[in-house]
Amino acid sequence: MSRPMTIAEKILADHAGLDYVEPGQLIEVDVDVALGNDITAPIAIEIFKKTGVKEVFDRAKIALIADHFTPNKDIKSAEQVRLLREFSEEHAIVHFYEGGDVGVEHCLLPEKGIVLPGDVVIGADSHTCTYGALGAFATGVGSTDLAAAMITGKTWFKVPESIKLVYSGQLQPWVSGKDLILYTIGDIGVDGALYMAMEFTGPVIESMPMAERMTMSNMAIEAGGKAGLINPDEETRQYVEPRAKREYRFFQSDSDATYKKVIEYDCTEIEPQIAFPHLPENTVGISEVGTVELNQVVIGSCTNGRIEDLAVAANILKGKKVAKGLRLIILPATPRVWADALAQGYLKIFSDAGAIIGPPTCGPCLGGHMGILAKGEKALSTTNRNFVGRMGHPESEVYLASPAIAAASAVLGRIGSPTEL
Amino acid sequence: MKLRGRVWKFGKNIDTDAIIPARYLNTSDPEELAKHCMEDADPEFPNKVRKGDIIVADSNFGCGSSREHAPIALKAAGVACVIAPSFARIFYRNAFNMGLPIFECEQAPRLIEEGHELEVDANTGEIVDLTTGESMKAQPIPPFMQELIRDGGLISHIMKKIKK
Repeated sequence: MSRPMTIAEKILADHAGLDYVEPGQLIEVDVDVALGNDITAPIAIEIFKKTGVKEVFDRAKIALIADHFTPNKDIKSAEQVRLLREFSEEHAIVHFYEGGDVGVEHCLLPEKGIVLPGDVVIGADSHTCTYGALGAFATGVGSTDLAAAMITGKTWFKVPESIKLVYSGQLQPWVSGKDLILYTIGDIGVDGALYMAMEFTGPVIESMPMAERMTMSNMAIEAGGKAGLINPDEETRQYVEPRAKREYRFFQSDSDATYKKVIEYDCTEIEPQIAFPHLPENTVGISEVGTVELNQVVIGSCTNGRIEDLAVAANILKGKKVAKGLRLIILPATPRVWADALAQGYLKIFSDAGAIIGPPTCGPCLGGHMGILAKGEKALSTTNRNFVGRMGHPESEVYLASPAIAAASAVLGRIGSPTEL
Repeated sequence: MKLRGRVWKFGKNIDTDAIIPARYLNTSDPEELAKHCMEDADPEFPNKVRKGDIIVADSNFGCGSSREHAPIALKAAGVACVIAPSFARIFYRNAFNMGLPIFECEQAPRLIEEGHELEVDANTGEIVDLTTGESMKAQPIPPFMQELIRDGGLISHIMKKIKK
């Protein structure tokens, strides 16, 4: 017996050892990868130690990444990283990253083939949903859930409803995955996909490169989504094949699967989007922005810190200078991205323009370090959240946008488009 | 189990950065986190809140990050429970894992004001505003979640199963 299922339902059924699942059903699933970082894993590690359990369930299926407050921001942060390091040594954790090896987790893990299509991935980080772009069921959880998974190799889920988003039409110049996901969140709201598995589909998605797919899936959580999946295809295979060191599976939604909601977008109508303070749903098209002077621009993060994002920025910044008084901070998301950006000449372009080039880190995205805002300051960023106080002082402001808008704005000294340069 | 406390009122989309700003995440010590609970939403909250107080907020409470520091900070600050029409899903899960009771109640933000005294029956989900006499019902907590609370949280629940 079975029923037509969405990709999310199929992956969950498979990992629960069931022929089929239905939305609302409570299930227990096998986890392929359980991850945490330097701010969330310490709690999980303390819990693990308190249980007295001797071994993790599988030392090859846990990833601990010191990416948030690193290079070590202060003494307390250094101690948190040490906790990860010592635990990883004690339990021979295969995927522990710090120092010169570490990158922003949701860029690093796909790059290294650690997360793959068909996987169930849980992470003590809300942007774990990024891996949905590979056709995995990936979702953020808390540190206690991570500890539980490190012990048992399983986790419980309530099967979510799925919401289908269909993107058709012709992309306008400079419009990318970031703009489409911002537009979507602006349309449905920060709880528009609450508890649901978002599924990004349509001809625009099918011809979208993997980096931009990851940008879209990354922000599923900003609409309240449990996950954000894209059905895998040839683009997925080309990305994954050279990187995978284990088997992976392609699951596809059945054509007659049922969705809680289906929303269609004509991308021909969509211009570059900016999310104004203080919610990712507070979106405005570039033509309606008006004059917003900026103190800082950040290009990086798990949303838009990949080589493709830096390429877009370099193309716009070439031969130009950052506006006087504006701080442009560029953070290549992994050591490999950093090295490629160097080899491609992007870092020279950034340096000549007057940008600050930093290491792979989450840093300013969550108001940690590497570019914090003072009272009254405004920043435009390629990151994913702009709540009050997100990047510094509670009376500072964060605007969210794509790498193209960010690079252009850094030159203009205000929010603007590459078309104005 | 009955909870009784004084209400602090908050709005929609209270995010995890408001509940506990990321700049304090270089520690997971509950006492430390409690000192900064709700700080960016109300700088006075850590000083005003008393053990047993109840937060009543509007929709999508706890949106944003997966940081467990959010329910930890609330619990350590003495908050007995949170009532809102809806909760962000990671926060919802974390709250139950931590043993912080939360109740989904559509009418709560409209009927209850700051400073009111509430009584909440955790088993039935019945909420009584003792200041106005108004009574309302929260969504029943799913049986599995009740099991988690009864077992004292997710980890205790798991350890019980392992020891069998």
